[in-house]
Amino acid sequence: MTIGWQVLVCGGTGCRASQSERIEKALKEEIRRCGLEDEAQVIRTGCFGFCEKGPVVKVIPDNTFYVQVRPEDAEEIVSEHLLKGCRVRRLLYVDPETHLRVSDSKHIGFYRKQLRIALRNCGFIDPENIGEYIARDGYAALGKALTGMTPEEVIGEIERSGLRGRGGGGFPTGLKWKITRQAPGERKYVVCNADEGDPGAFMDRSILEGDPHSVLEAMAINGYCTGASKGLIYIRAEYPLAVERLKTAIGQAREAGLLGDDILGSGFSFDVEIRYGAGAFVCGEETALIRSMEGQRGEAMVKPPFPSERGYAGCPTNVNNVETYANIPVILLKGADWFAGIGTERSKGTKVFALAGKINNVGLIEVPMGTTLREVIFGIGGGIKNGKKFKAVQTGGPSGGCLTEKHLDIPIDYDNLLAAGSMMGSGGMIVMDEDDCMVSMAKFYLDFTVEESCGKCAPCRVGNKRLHELLQKITGGKGTEEDLERLRNLALVIRDTALCGLGQTSPNPVLSTLDNFRDEYLAHVREQRCYAHQCRDLTQYFISPEICRGCTLCARACPVNAISGERKHPHAIDPLLCVRCGSCLEKCKFGAVRVR
Amino acid sequence: MEKEIRNESLPSCVREKVHDICREHGCDPGELIHILHALQRTFGYLPEAVQEAVAAELDIPVARVYGVVTFYSYFTMVPKGKYPVSVCLGTACYVRGAEAVLDEFRRQLEIGVGETTLDGLFSLDCLRCVGACGLAPVVSVGDRVYGRLTPEKVRGILSDYYRAAED
Repeated sequence: MTIGWQVLVCGGTGCRASQSERIEKALKEEIRRCGLEDEAQVIRTGCFGFCEKGPVVKVIPDNTFYVQVRPEDAEEIVSEHLLKGCRVRRLLYVDPETHLRVSDSKHIGFYRKQLRIALRNCGFIDPENIGEYIARDGYAALGKALTGMTPEEVIGEIERSGLRGRGGGGFPTGLKWKITRQAPGERKYVVCNADEGDPGAFMDRSILEGDPHSVLEAMAINGYCTGASKGLIYIRAEYPLAVERLKTAIGQAREAGLLGDDILGSGFSFDVEIRYGAGAFVCGEETALIRSMEGQRGEAMVKPPFPSERGYAGCPTNVNNVETYANIPVILLKGADWFAGIGTERSKGTKVFALAGKINNVGLIEVPMGTTLREVIFGIGGGIKNGKKFKAVQTGGPSGGCLTEKHLDIPIDYDNLLAAGSMMGSGGMIVMDEDDCMVSMAKFYLDFTVEESCGKCAPCRVGNKRLHELLQKITGGKGTEEDLERLRNLALVIRDTALCGLGQTSPNPVLSTLDNFRDEYLAHVREQRCYAHQCRDLTQYFISPEICRGCTLCARACPVNAISGERKHPHAIDPLLCVRCGSCLEKCKFGAVRVR
Repeated sequence: MEKEIRNESLPSCVREKVHDICREHGCDPGELIHILHALQRTFGYLPEAVQEAVAAELDIPVARVYGVVTFYSYFTMVPKGKYPVSVCLGTACYVRGAEAVLDEFRRQLEIGVGETTLDGLFSLDCLRCVGACGLAPVVSVGDRVYGRLTPEKVRGILSDYYRAAED
């Protein structure tokens, strides 16, 4: 039997939310109805990355890439494409520049400029089938390490590759492995940090959902190098699909003898267990993560001792992030020199970013280190939504900073982002346009930090609360110029004195917006104006009497009856009653409602 | 003494369930988070009496159990509604207008965040990123995720569930 067609349906969380499961079912039914079971196969893959245009369906071997597919489209895809070999043109991606329909994903701007190493299998294989992973050189790196290399040789290879931790810190991975290997101790642990709490970041989840075996394989290699026989994956309970796929993968790997006792007859034994988080951002910090795995409150600890010396259950523990692990097997197979040939001088390889916010192509991308922000936002991301003006890009999540127009041409790597006042972080990248108020954004991030602070050290617990109050005062129209000075001083104290990474980086959004958007802060405190019209207390709605036709639409939409006026006569808004909900602005067909 | 009395007030089936779940995890305090996950799956929430029973089973102070329950946002001490509504307030959803959607849910359900409606049908919560940023703003009701929401769509979603509850 030869299978001619493979129909890949995206099974990532984003596409599943748009009913990709029903598409999969409809395709299978249609294939059965047309008697094509022997020639066509439907496969549910991990995330394709192009979430903006989801749900995505790809047909192989002709690499046809269908976007925004609905369950009703299954019939046409089967009867036209699979039976007659004619592509369904209306489901193809339209290039926004040329307005031509593009059938092969290779020619879509979003993919053309990417280089996929960590995401190499996402969207290509069925993550619930170990055979497909093996067919794409899966577990070959583990075999190579176990049968032909000493642990020192493997660590040397990782060191030479220049791989740095992808969770945010950027610590050299090979060095971390070496320290754990050299730490004295009978029992050691390998931990995978899959506690992706950074709002707006979903790269780890996509890797676990789309290619869980790559992480398991790398953890086993790590175990071989450090002398650990037990691996623990700490994952958020909020990621049910990723947990499910990991469980399936662990089961299959055990069955295939790739986890468990005496792997591949080498005498090396290694097994993996899943540990659940319960929703606490601070648990992404390695010492807090270890406390949480021990069944305690996830409070950060003073370092040193580092986990590589004394971690889980008091034993040397190597903690790496999901994306870091996903890079390991490829490095061993293709060699350190190949990997080190990609990227910038001090940041090698690629980085996955979750592109979100006011951007045309929301999704998951992977680019070589050294790519510029402009290339990412305007090249791959397709520019700003609705033709608006770019204002800022926030990298590194709540710990990162807001970068502006003038930073767009810096090549992205760990050191450059740090020098610009932001950081790599885990790879969240949120784009903001002219309608976003940067003071409100800083407040939004502080909101998050205040809620997520573990409460152990005073600078973070109390200091961030005070920062938040100052920002509330400013956005509420009661701030003064002295408050800006106070804001900066307090932020610097927190940065210098907080205990862990969360606290030390939490003032970054405030500091970077103060530096890059000082004018906006000044407008808030001097003129009591918010030019982005986001701060409710600083905005005022009014109706321009010259334009108003007296259609009464706004008066009917107003939830608090703040608008009065006779039919066919100009209306007016009572500023004392107005709650600034913006309903009138949305409803008015003549553009008579204005904001000040 | 008071602890004993409170434990007595727990229905025996609940007490047995707590006992069984703790035993499954070897009554190991290091497994506390997994035990609480299992109990919340079973009972829907973690009331004080259950926390006391867990502490007794694991032979640890109630304060330690309470400390863990209140530390992690996933654990709740109040029962959730039949249809738990979670509004994503991750950054991507926030910049695409999640706050207005949350306000609309508040207005329609007449409850605040962290509360449950009197009829027990809906509870309202915020969460940080379900990872469906391409569909921002996103709201999940139970297992179902709704994307590209606007305040106008809120009433329609709720009425679907009211109808489902009547059937």
